[in-house]
Amino acid sequence: MDTLALELSLRLAFWTCVVLLPVSIFLGRLLAWSQFTGKGFVEAAIALPLVLPPTVLGYYLLVSMGNTSAIGQFYADLTGRNLVFSFDGLLLASIIFNLPFAVQPMQRAFEAIPNNVREAAWCCGMSRLRALWRIELPLAWPGLISALALTFAHTLGEFGVVLMVGGNIQGETQTIAIAIYDRVQAFDNPAAGTMSALLLVFSFVTIGSVYMLSHRRSHAHV
Amino acid sequence: MSEDMTLRLSLRQTQPIPLHADIKCGAGELLALVGPSGSGKTTILRAIAGLTRPEQGSIVCDDETWFDSDNNIHMPPQQRRIGFMFQDYALFPHLCALHNITAALGHLPAKTRTERAQQLMQQVHLEGLESRYPAQLSGGQRQRVALARALARDPAILLLDEPFSAVDQVTRRKLQQELARLRHSIKIPMILVTHDLDEASALADRIYALHRGTTLQDGSPSEVANRPKSALVARLMDHVNIFTASVVSHAPEKGITIINWQGSTLEANYNKDFAVGEIVNWLIPPSHIVMHRRDRPSRGEHENPVEGEIREVVSLGETTTVTMRIRQPEQKPGKESVGESGEEILSFTVSTHTARRNKLSELGTVTVSLLSEGIHLMPKIVEDRKF
Repeated sequence: MDTLALELSLRLAFWTCVVLLPVSIFLGRLLAWSQFTGKGFVEAAIALPLVLPPTVLGYYLLVSMGNTSAIGQFYADLTGRNLVFSFDGLLLASIIFNLPFAVQPMQRAFEAIPNNVREAAWCCGMSRLRALWRIELPLAWPGLISALALTFAHTLGEFGVVLMVGGNIQGETQTIAIAIYDRVQAFDNPAAGTMSALLLVFSFVTIGSVYMLSHRRSHAHV
Repeated sequence: MSEDMTLRLSLRQTQPIPLHADIKCGAGELLALVGPSGSGKTTILRAIAGLTRPEQGSIVCDDETWFDSDNNIHMPPQQRRIGFMFQDYALFPHLCALHNITAALGHLPAKTRTERAQQLMQQVHLEGLESRYPAQLSGGQRQRVALARALARDPAILLLDEPFSAVDQVTRRKLQQELARLRHSIKIPMILVTHDLDEASALADRIYALHRGTTLQDGSPSEVANRPKSALVARLMDHVNIFTASVVSHAPEKGITIINWQGSTLEANYNKDFAVGEIVNWLIPPSHIVMHRRDRPSRGEHENPVEGEIREVVSLGETTTVTMRIRQPEQKPGKESVGESGEEILSFTVSTHTARRNKLSELGTVTVSLLSEGIHLMPKIVEDRKF
């Protein structure tokens, strides 16, 4: 049982959710309520991780974050650390491959809010920020919960992209999914089995509780 | 609130809905915007609220400029003191009735909001329903919460977008009566968008008739309904008896203008605005058409008698609508008179009892008098039949 890998996976999932929460609210609202040229391409770009093989996505992320790339160099100049084969790079990759899981449920949730309910909030004198906080987010709550649950679970389970971008460095980039693979390669089936069972139960309980919470919340006022 | 609170607006727009409207509404005045779908009435309401930005024009309320395209002023809805009641109420579904109202009380100190919201709940007779969510309220109750919320902001203007369209007939009557009562206690301009003419006539002080975003006429409900400026307005006001004639002569001493309608000479209300020989539109409300009784003569038989064949008799409860095809004196057999369908059709109503007693049936003939005081002349418009 590799607690280090489990802790790293949880840390990665947590920070991915933290970063993607405001990003998905912003992008979800934009895509739900704004019409602009190239909207279809933006939606396609966000959905791309759903259809691309993880190795393809991982390859491009590896190339674009490498030390010789502009992004990699900029990050190295800024922090003195490398992006590839580091937790920071893993987090950035995790944010990118989780975009569709976070943005799409938020977009659907915001689309379901009638336009005149938002307008009524403004006509009540609420600022846009207050309307977001008091009206839009409480109404989009199930979408927000779905987005977080999917992102969290998907981060715990992602394998291909993590391996491509982060490698297999214990305590730095070795997530629980990779640790399981590592143990199987080393014929340590009991450890792989324990971790797999833990991941299974943890994912199930996490997703199950957030869905239950979201159902209770959405039915509470009807 | 000052007593001289008024709204003045002038809007011009070509897209997406054309607008050419100039509207003024005084404190305590209820103005109804009436027009068919797509006439721009809701767009005007949304422009006042700041929910849509017109191409050109200005909106001034209570001496505060809310919109001025020349000076690039466009206040957001949050800064305009408006009370907006949406067509389907747009209540916040996750907030109880009381919190729906406190949501609009952001201008008051936090500790006074609940008390004020409760006062408003009482004002609209919803005491005891404070903790209900919109889904747990009836249509009429939701409508009252929406009204209380619209009033909560202490608005400088009240905007009502088809507020009674989503409730049943009985609730609608009750709510209309309540609005009629309420309006005497709120001294702010009120603008009601509706396509229900009866509602507009019953509630409004003035009616603005709109067509394709243009103000066709404004005036008191009776003025717009009985003295429409054009056939377009007349059709908006649900007039069916609209025809074309030429002016023959004026007799100011008798208070009449003589017109020629397909060979028949009719006496109309005196109207010096039209020259002799001019082609005009004219209308007559069904209330000014008197049917000649078959058993004995009745009032006004000498006045503009017109004979025709009955085309249709439709009884709806106590009222029967008779549609007749006019028989013109100069009409030759087999030749139809002018009119889009090749004939002039006149409609009038009688009590079902009278219709039965006079044995009105289809295929029979009937004679009516067109009372001259009801004949109203209007300028001829080309597209009058295309409305």
